[in-house]
Amino acid sequence: MSPPTTATTERTDHDGGPPALFSITGVSVRFGGVRALSEVSLDVAPRQVLGVIGPNGAGKTTLFNVACGFVRPDSGRLLWKGEELTGLRPHRLASLGIGRTLQGLGLFDRMTVLENVMVGAGRHARTGFASALFGLGRGARDDAALAARARRTLAGLGVERYADRLPGSLPYPVRKRVALARALVGEPELLLLDEPAGGLAGDEMAELGELIRGLTDRMAVMLVEHHMDLVMSVCDDITVLDFGRVIARGGPDEVRRDPAVVAAYLGEEVGGKAGGKAGEGAGERAGREQRGTGE
Amino acid sequence: MPTTTEAGEKDPAAAADGRGGPRRRWRSSVLPRHLSLAVLGLLAVTVVMETTGSFANSQLASMAYLGIAAGGLTVLTGLNGQLSLGHGAFMAVGAYTTALFLDGEPPALPLPVVLAAATLVTLLVGAVVGVAAARLHGPYIAGATLALAVAVPGVVLHFERLGGEQGLGVRMPETPVWVLDAAYFVTGSELDPTKYVAYIGWAALVVTYVLLANLMRGRVGRTWRAVRDDEVAAEIAGIHLGRARVLAFVVSTACAGLAGAVMAMAVRITAPSGFSLTLSLTLLSAVVLGGLGSLTGALIGSALLTFLPHLVTGLGTDAGLTDVRAAELAPAVYGLTMILVILVAPAGITGTLRNLWRRRRGVA
Repeated sequence: MSPPTTATTERTDHDGGPPALFSITGVSVRFGGVRALSEVSLDVAPRQVLGVIGPNGAGKTTLFNVACGFVRPDSGRLLWKGEELTGLRPHRLASLGIGRTLQGLGLFDRMTVLENVMVGAGRHARTGFASALFGLGRGARDDAALAARARRTLAGLGVERYADRLPGSLPYPVRKRVALARALVGEPELLLLDEPAGGLAGDEMAELGELIRGLTDRMAVMLVEHHMDLVMSVCDDITVLDFGRVIARGGPDEVRRDPAVVAAYLGEEVGGKAGGKAGEGAGERAGREQRGTGE
Repeated sequence: MPTTTEAGEKDPAAAADGRGGPRRRWRSSVLPRHLSLAVLGLLAVTVVMETTGSFANSQLASMAYLGIAAGGLTVLTGLNGQLSLGHGAFMAVGAYTTALFLDGEPPALPLPVVLAAATLVTLLVGAVVGVAAARLHGPYIAGATLALAVAVPGVVLHFERLGGEQGLGVRMPETPVWVLDAAYFVTGSELDPTKYVAYIGWAALVVTYVLLANLMRGRVGRTWRAVRDDEVAAEIAGIHLGRARVLAFVVSTACAGLAGAVMAMAVRITAPSGFSLTLSLTLLSAVVLGGLGSLTGALIGSALLTFLPHLVTGLGTDAGLTDVRAAELAPAVYGLTMILVILVAPAGITGTLRNLWRRRRGVA
């Protein structure tokens, strides 16, 4: 593959690859006077793992929040299966078939693990308010089906035995899996993972890598991540952001060797965070920090 | 009593570690359980009602309407995390609707229809307020509903048809002959109007609680709790936050409307002074005392509110206090109880019992 190294506004499927499942084309976002993203484009092909990497404040999470509808781009388009998503709202993601995890996990603290996951399965619910109100058999059967589905998903991630516990009492790696189960239970076609390796130890990260690779027989994954090892080992394709621009894209090896990437990303990792562009970087960091709590 | 606590939803076998085995019966027997609890509750109420005097019956009627409103409020505040300080205003809507519908000899509509109409009218008002409230958060909802609690009694004064400061008298329709016969057949004693209203109130409470318990246990309740615990996570799980909030608000105000209707019949008068801010705060304190998010708690809270003052006053007079002093004792004891519960059992009475129970089983 020889993708362009600079962002272009109009991107089509290159290399005769499969048509993109999800595309972001020419997206720009400004927070006040700060450009968080400018003319960013990327494609996620079906059953592909796409990694989005970049130094702190590069605009990764802003991009992620655009993809979820938490941040409305000032310009640019989002395409889902070739159709434009206009006015995307976060609550529509699940029904479109897009699952997402949150950096802070966002588990429902006062609900059991099973209930947490059942909330994510709402896409498969078939009954509504009336059957719930009157306790009709239909509603109960529907609920039982959701519970069974949630248990299967938990079992698939090896955490079924915690189904009836409250998340607060569980170790962090287990909670991570519960959050992942909640995103997976809706059987999305695209899974957006926001820094999934954060807070995990080395061997746990290796397990996570395997787990993500294992998902590709069912769905595409878009991964925003800090940990180069993880990204390099699981991603088919990588898009590198720096100061809100795409500075490189390609396979792991290509990206690793790209001089622009070495300068921007690895340089920062190795040489510390000091830099002349600190002002702009801080502004972008402010944008990236916002987890998309938009109303 | 048809009561469900939040924790009641969790399978007791859940605590066991390990795979736990298949639990296919997951919630499949919800309605039969709630209905049998309801029948048991009604039986218990009948026994209590028949063995106590007229004064206790009227107290039971107050407990019923407080319980209905508190049940609705606990759903809103405990399950959905919206703090309403204005439920008294919604009770006023229900009460005035009832008073107007029962005005006329004989009343234009049968009693159950009047109750349903009062619920429906309040539900509509609740929908309007709920849509506005869904745009607000935490203390702002409290502020908006507080404004409502202050405004509604004031607004009422401006309409002559609503009786102004004096309020409207509520004309209780004659107890139907078949009800009198049935009551005599079952209990062997005459059914006086006070008892009749108390029975209506408790029937309404049982129906309300069964419906609320159904909602709480199913997907709707789960959705509400998810929105309460983490909005962002709920949203990406596919929940429309506004819709979930408005639904909770509407369900809650419908309960307040029904409570207002029962209150109108029990008190026999609907006046602005009956729906002051104090009523809204009283409801909230009942819910907090009993334990947020629990119908059992709402019921316990309303029982405390109803019986504690009289109990304390009685004890005061027995201890040799004058009537006035004994009456002053009640609010003091109530305040102390409130402080104690918040200090010792911040999760409310049912919440604390639930935590103790969990700890005993070794679950965190």
